[in-house]
Amino acid sequence: MNATIPASALKKKDFASDQDIRWCPGCGDYAILSGVQKAMADIGAAPHQVAVVSGIGCSSRFPYYMGTYGFHSIHGRAPAIATGLKLANPDLHVWVITGDGDGLSIGGNHMLHALRRNVDLNIILFNNKIYGLTKGQYSPTTEVGHVTPSSPYGSVDLPVIPARFALGAGAGFVARGYDVAKELPELFVEAHAHQGASFVEVLQNCVVFNDGTFDEVNNKKTGSDHRIWVKNGEPMIFGQNSDKGIRVNPTSGHLEAVELGNGITEADLCLHEETNVERAWDLSHMKTLTAFGVLYRVEAVAYDAAVRQQVADIHKKKGNLSMEELLRQGHTWQVD
Amino acid sequence: MTATNTKGDGQSVVREELSSVVIRFAGDSGDGMQLTGSQFGATSALMGNDLATFPDYPAEIRAPAGTTYGVSGFQVHFASKDIRTPGDAPDVLVAMNPAALMVNLAQLKPHGVLVINTDAFTPANLKKAGYDHNPLEDHSLDAYRLLAVDITKRTLEAVRPHGLSSKDAGRCKNVWTLGLLYWLFDRDPMPTTQWLETKFRKMPDVAAANIAALRAGHIFAENTAMPNGIHPYQVPKAELPKGLYRSIDGNTAAAYGIVMGARLANLPIMYGSYPITPASSLLHHLAKLKHMDVTTFQAEDEIAAVCSAIGASFGGALGVTGTSGPGLALKTEAVGLAIGAELPLVIVNVQRGGPSTGLPTKTEQSDLLFAIYGRNGDAPLPVLAAATPGDCFHMAVEAVRIATQFMTPVILLTDGFLANSAEPWQIPDLDSYEPFPVTFQEEDTEDFQPFKHDANGVRRWVKPGTPNLMYRAGGLEKADGPGNISYDPDNHQAMTKLRANKVAGVANTIPAASIEQGDTTGDLVYVGWGSTHGAITQAVAQLREEGHSVSHIHLRYLNPLPRGLEKLLRGFKHVVVPEMNNGMLDKVLRSEFLIDAKGIDKVKGLPFQIRELVEDGRQRLGAKPEKNSNVVAMGAE
Repeated sequence: MNATIPASALKKKDFASDQDIRWCPGCGDYAILSGVQKAMADIGAAPHQVAVVSGIGCSSRFPYYMGTYGFHSIHGRAPAIATGLKLANPDLHVWVITGDGDGLSIGGNHMLHALRRNVDLNIILFNNKIYGLTKGQYSPTTEVGHVTPSSPYGSVDLPVIPARFALGAGAGFVARGYDVAKELPELFVEAHAHQGASFVEVLQNCVVFNDGTFDEVNNKKTGSDHRIWVKNGEPMIFGQNSDKGIRVNPTSGHLEAVELGNGITEADLCLHEETNVERAWDLSHMKTLTAFGVLYRVEAVAYDAAVRQQVADIHKKKGNLSMEELLRQGHTWQVD
Repeated sequence: MTATNTKGDGQSVVREELSSVVIRFAGDSGDGMQLTGSQFGATSALMGNDLATFPDYPAEIRAPAGTTYGVSGFQVHFASKDIRTPGDAPDVLVAMNPAALMVNLAQLKPHGVLVINTDAFTPANLKKAGYDHNPLEDHSLDAYRLLAVDITKRTLEAVRPHGLSSKDAGRCKNVWTLGLLYWLFDRDPMPTTQWLETKFRKMPDVAAANIAALRAGHIFAENTAMPNGIHPYQVPKAELPKGLYRSIDGNTAAAYGIVMGARLANLPIMYGSYPITPASSLLHHLAKLKHMDVTTFQAEDEIAAVCSAIGASFGGALGVTGTSGPGLALKTEAVGLAIGAELPLVIVNVQRGGPSTGLPTKTEQSDLLFAIYGRNGDAPLPVLAAATPGDCFHMAVEAVRIATQFMTPVILLTDGFLANSAEPWQIPDLDSYEPFPVTFQEEDTEDFQPFKHDANGVRRWVKPGTPNLMYRAGGLEKADGPGNISYDPDNHQAMTKLRANKVAGVANTIPAASIEQGDTTGDLVYVGWGSTHGAITQAVAQLREEGHSVSHIHLRYLNPLPRGLEKLLRGFKHVVVPEMNNGMLDKVLRSEFLIDAKGIDKVKGLPFQIRELVEDGRQRLGAKPEKNSNVVAMGAE
C-alpha cells in the first residue's frame, strides 16, 4: 500500500473523475483543482492511495471531481471525519478541502483541534471572503463594511486572518497561495511532504459574489508590488523592479514592507526564516502586502503516528489479550 | 432461620438467616459512599449472592458539605434468591450525616435498621440539613432500630498510628463503616482488603490506614452489644445457574460487547467520543483496550466524536461513538450523513433525564422517540435496547452485527441505571456467537458500482486504498447504483424507500416477538424495554402468584419491531407500557398497530419499584391491594 508509482507514470488527468464540474464559469476553484491534480501527479501516490474529504460549500464539491477516494461530508466537519479516516486507514494520503465559511465559521472548532493535534492531513482552505453557495452573505473573512445581502449597510464583523488562526492553533505548516498562481502545485507538494497538519490558505476569486476582491495581489501588471513569495533562507525582496523588501522595523521589532533606497539597502532586509513563529505571525498579515509561500514550518510528531506508536508500545508491553481473558479479568467465581 | 459461626474469641455467634437484604449507604458526595456501596456489592457477589446495585448521586462532584443536595447514595440488594432490582425500599440505611438522614429516611422500611454517624450530627450540620432539633434526641427515630455510633472519632483512633493528616484520616470513616456492616452481615473483609492494597499501591500509608479502619469497624461490631432488635445476620449463597461469574455494570458490558462484536466482524474499532455523564466510562474502558485492536479518540466535541467514527467507517474500521441525550442531539446531522453514505456506525446512547442538560446523573428512557425518529429528512435506522447490565454485552454485539451487515448506523439505548448498576453476570460461552466477518469489495469488476444494492438494499463496503475502486461518498442524494449526485425525483423516491426497506428488513434477522413471562394470551400484558426489565419481571411474577392473568413482553429491538409482535399484543385485553418517560413506546405501538396501548409514566430520575407496578396491576385488574407485600422487612419481629 505504501508503494508509490514512479512520478513519471502519473498524469494530472489520472486524478480527474468522470463527473461534470458544476462550478460557475471563471471560478477560481477550477485553477485550484487543476493545481491539486498536478501536485498529486508530481507527488506520485496512486489515486487509490488518496482520499479527499470536504465539508459543505462551493469548494467542498471538490471530491466529486477527483478520481481518488472522496467524502463530501457535512458543514464544517471535514477535519473531524478526516481525523477518523486517518486513524483508521493510516496509509492513505488524506486531503481536506474547505472554505472560509466551512473551515473557520461552522467548522472553526474542528479546524482548531485538527491543527493543534497535528493530524497528518493536508488542509486546503479556499478563502473567497464570501458565502458563495448560499448566495453572497458575508463570511468570517469578509472585510468590515462589505455590503452583502445579509449586511445591506455593511458588515460590522471583524474578520479572522486564516493564517494567524492556524498559527494560533499550533499548526506546524502554514502556507498561502492564490488560485491562479503558478506556484500553487509546488505549495501543495510541500504541504504533502510535511508530517502532521499542513494548512494552506488559497485566496480564491468568486466571480459571482465577490469578483475582484484579490485584484490587488493577483493583477498581472501591478500585483507583484503587493505580494511576496517567501522562500526559506532567501532575502525577502519583491516588486516589479525588485525594489521593495521586508525588514525588521528597528523600533517595533516587527516586520514591515519597505522600499529600497533612501538609506535602506538589501543588507537591511531579512531572510525568510520559516521556523520563526513571530516572523510568520507578522508575515501572515502585513499592511500593504500579502505574503505567499510557506510562511511557517516546524517538524513535530504527527498525532496519528503517535497514536499508532502508543498502540504498538502497549501491544509490546501487554501482548495480545483474548476476549476470554478480558472477560475473566478481575474477580470471578464459579457456581457449581 | 438461624445459623452460627465463630467469633474471634471462639464464642459462637448466632446469625439470623435472611433471604434478601437491601442496604442504602448515604452521605456527602465526598464521603466515599459510591466506593463503600460498590465494595459491599462486589464482596457480596464474590460470596455467591445474587445482587443488584443502584448508585444515586448528584451531578455536582463535591456539592457544599452537609447540604441535602450534596447527598450521594448507593443501594445494594443482595440475596440468596433470584433478584432483578436494587430493591424498592432499604432494610438498612447508613446515614453518615444529618443531610443523608433527611433525604433518605422516608424510604427506609418501617422498623428498618438505621446506622448513624453521631459525630456528624453537629448543630451546624443539623441546621444545613434543615433540622430544628437533633433527631437523635427527640424520639423521632423510635420507629427504627437505631445503631448510633461515633464513627468519625473511632476511625481517627484506629488510623492514628499511620500518621495521616486529620483530613485524610477522617476520610477513612466510610471504610470503618464498611467493616461494621461486613461483620453485621457476615461478609468476608479480605476482597476489600486486597482491593485497598491495590488501589493505594503507591500510597502505602493510606492503604494501611484504610485497612486498619476496615478492621476496626469489624472488631467494633464483633465486640459491641448491639442495640435491641439488631443481631448479626447471614444471607446464604444464591442458587444461580452453573458457570463462571463476574460482577458487571452496563457500561463495562457494552464496551466489552463492542469489542466482541468487532472481533466477530473481523474489524478494528475506532471509538470516537466526548466525555459526558453517564457514558464516559465507555471511553475509559475502551481506552484501556488498545492491545485489542481498539483505537480511542477523545474528540473536541460530540460532533467531532461521531464524525471521527464515520470517517473511520469510511476508512474500513468499525466506527463507534458513545454519548448521552444532549450529545446525541449534537450528533444527529452526522448520523444522517452515515445513513446517506450507507456506512456502518454504532452509537451507544446512555440515556439520562432531559430535556436539555436535565438530570445528568439520573436515569430516564426519554430518548426513544428521538432515537427512532429524530433526524432531518426520512432517515430511518435500527434502534436496540439492553434490558440488564449484562445484556448490554449481547446487545452491543447485535448493534455491531446489524451495523456491519446492513451498512447502517445503529443506536443502542442503555441508560444511567444500567450503566452504573452492577449484577453478577455469567460469563457467556463466546463460541456460541456466530461470527459475521465483513468482506470488503476488492474485485475490480467491469460493472463496479459503489452504491449498487443487493436484495436487502445493502451496498458493498469498499476500503479506501483498494486499487481501481475509487468512489465518492457524501451527504447529497446519490443515484442508485453509480452513486453520483442525483436530483432526479424518481431516484430520490426510490432511494428513500430503499433506505426504509433496508431498516425494516433487519426484522428478518432478529428473534421474533415472544413472551418473557406468563401466557401468550390473557388479561394484561406489560410491554417493557430497557432497564425496566427487572421491576416488570418481579412485579409480573408477584401478580401471577396472586392469581392474575398477566404477562410480560420485553423489547430489545425497538426499530424495527420484532416479527409477530402485533399478533401477540392482540391476545391481551390490556396492553400497558411502563416507561421512565412521558409515554413513548406506547405511542410507537399505537402508531404501528392501532392498538390501545396505555402508558405508566415515571419521570422521577429513578427506576421503577416493584411495588408501583404491582399496585398498578391490581388496580387495572380490579383486585384489592393487599396490606403487606410479599417482601418482608428484614428481621421484622
